[in-house]
Amino acid sequence: MEKEILRMTNIVKTYKMGGEDQVVLKGINLTVNEGEFISILGPSGSGKSTLMNIIGCLDTPTSGEFILDGRNVSDQSEKQLSKIRSKEIGFIFQSFHLLPRLSAKKNVELPLIYAKITKQEREEIAVNTLIRVGLDDKLNHRPNQLSGGQQQRVAIARALSNNPTILLADEPTGSLDQSTGKQVMELFTELNKEGRTIIMITHDANIATYANRIVKILDGYLSEGDEGDA
Amino acid sequence: MLKESIIMSWQNIVGNKMRSFLTILGIVIGVSAIIALITIVQGVIDEANSQFVDLGAGKITIQAYGTPLKRGLSYSEVEELSTIENVSGVTPSLSISSSIVREENLLEDVSIEGKNEVFFRESKDIISYGRGFNILDMESKNKVAVIDDDIQKTLFTGEDPLGENILINGTNYTIVGLVNEDSSSDIMSAFGSTDSNGKVFIPYTAAMNMAGVGNITALDISVSDTNFMDQVMDDVELALNKAFNYKDDSFNVINLDSMIEALETMQNMFTTMLGGIASISLLVGGIGIMNMMLVSVSERTTEIGLRKALGAEPSNIQVQFLIEAIFLSLFGGLIGVILGLWISYAVSGVIGTTFKLSTSAISLGVGFSAGIGIIFGWAPARKASLLNPIDALRSV
Ligand SMILES: Nc1ncnc2c1ncn2[C@@H]1O[C@H](COP(=O)(O)OP(=O)(O)OP(=O)(O)O)[C@@H](O)[C@H]1O
Ligand SMILES: [Mg+2]
Repeated sequence: MEKEILRMTNIVKTYKMGGEDQVVLKGINLTVNEGEFISILGPSGSGKSTLMNIIGCLDTPTSGEFILDGRNVSDQSEKQLSKIRSKEIGFIFQSFHLLPRLSAKKNVELPLIYAKITKQEREEIAVNTLIRVGLDDKLNHRPNQLSGGQQQRVAIARALSNNPTILLADEPTGSLDQSTGKQVMELFTELNKEGRTIIMITHDANIATYANRIVKILDGYLSEGDEGDA
Repeated sequence: MLKESIIMSWQNIVGNKMRSFLTILGIVIGVSAIIALITIVQGVIDEANSQFVDLGAGKITIQAYGTPLKRGLSYSEVEELSTIENVSGVTPSLSISSSIVREENLLEDVSIEGKNEVFFRESKDIISYGRGFNILDMESKNKVAVIDDDIQKTLFTGEDPLGENILINGTNYTIVGLVNEDSSSDIMSAFGSTDSNGKVFIPYTAAMNMAGVGNITALDISVSDTNFMDQVMDDVELALNKAFNYKDDSFNVINLDSMIEALETMQNMFTTMLGGIASISLLVGGIGIMNMMLVSVSERTTEIGLRKALGAEPSNIQVQFLIEAIFLSLFGGLIGVILGLWISYAVSGVIGTTFKLSTSAISLGVGFSAGIGIIFGWAPARKASLLNPIDALRSV
């Protein structure tokens, strides 16, 4: 029996826009088990990023229940949410979001600083994760000295550094060309084979097929799709 | 954690050198102005103060111009003044300019100071070598003289002047002592011309003969217990009024203690006023810092959002920006302190006061700038910490 690490029940997210309510998520139900690699596929504006922000505890749902690793997220304080983001979630963004003044190693150390890991340990972890994503020779390069694919690898190393429960990626290949995107996806597949749980958001059906489970989002609702459907 | 914040702040400041420099300029100017003003004013006042103290606290200086009929005081009237309660001695003083001769050497424009034994008794450390006048010299009208460094250097280069003779206005005087370099004889000569070629002290009776005057017009009164200063002042004024028949403007009594007090009041006034003016520039500097921090926060919205996504708590963000603001203004304060001290050092060299490191001015400057960093950095740091990470991350 696989361990359930995420369960969303009837999640609704409403934005207030000039007095009018815009319901972006209309009742999301989603369960993710440990070790899954799942794609959330949907067109632009369908609420993918909104959903990802809620999963990543950057945002809270308007209503519904969200259990993450046994904890009910809706009754956590701001400070506790910071802790969850630090310990449970590894974010990967479309535009990498590396700090331009810091070296690859320093960028990877960033989440470890907020997790209060000692300097020596931090450096060790940063070097090891950078080696893991194949950047052993780029430790001291700054983002502008790296290619897009290499920058995304640094970002993946950063997401991995705190050994999070879930790797959460929003359009991780959106800024990369096809072959580089493919390499990043292969890295994802490897990481998943090592047991890492991955939730990936994309509007690209081809990219979505790297996952072993695809869910589609449309008009604020999720629907389970099978791989052949994309 | 704190160390990381400091390093990150530092990197951000150094990463924007030009902007950081312009931002702290206001603080630099404000702090250096405060330091320079306080140090310079203090130097000037200290200088004046030390001159006054050299002249001796607990001293009353009298100028007795007298009336057309009676110019100055007679010996007996001066004697009477010394019998006033709490008066420990009276020193008549008379200053004339004359040339002096030693063997073949003539020295012109020497200030000849007529004094008595009380002067040397009251000005304790004035004699550096030999002795001053004593009561015997005065009573037996000995022709003795005490010379200063300048005379020693020009007429007795490398020689022991004690027991040697100098000729003043045709009379031979035996040198019995040497006075300190920077000893000022009385308040008038302290502020008077200093372009004489040196100073020779002779008994005042001899000086009066030399000047051809019969009355004493200037004297100092030493008060043994300064608690009775006012009482003594009253008694002295009464005695002088009697001597000059209550004529207006016939004399002038100056109390050094009250002048020192006035000087201190003046110093406080100056410091407050100048400090107030400089604070305005500090305020402007603070607003500059606040502005830079606000720009920095909006420029780094994405970074803030990212840090939050990576697990930073709002307080982490706030502390980081606050440290950056404090760093900036402290840095400005430090440069200001160095600049201010340098300015006051240069100015003190020009106006001839002694430069003294004022620790209170330095701590004031540093404290002020740190305070400004906290006060003006608070709001931007708070703003940063409250940024919604989603909005922040979306902004790219
Ligand atoms: N803060 C907000 N206030 C108001 N409306 C919002 C806000 N955030 C998102 N929305 C709206 O919610 C809808 C879904 O946005 P979301 O960013 O989740 O889409 P997405 O599926 O990630 O699209 P894309 O593929 O283009 O990134 C959009 O119509 C958007 O306008
Ligand atoms: Mg999106």
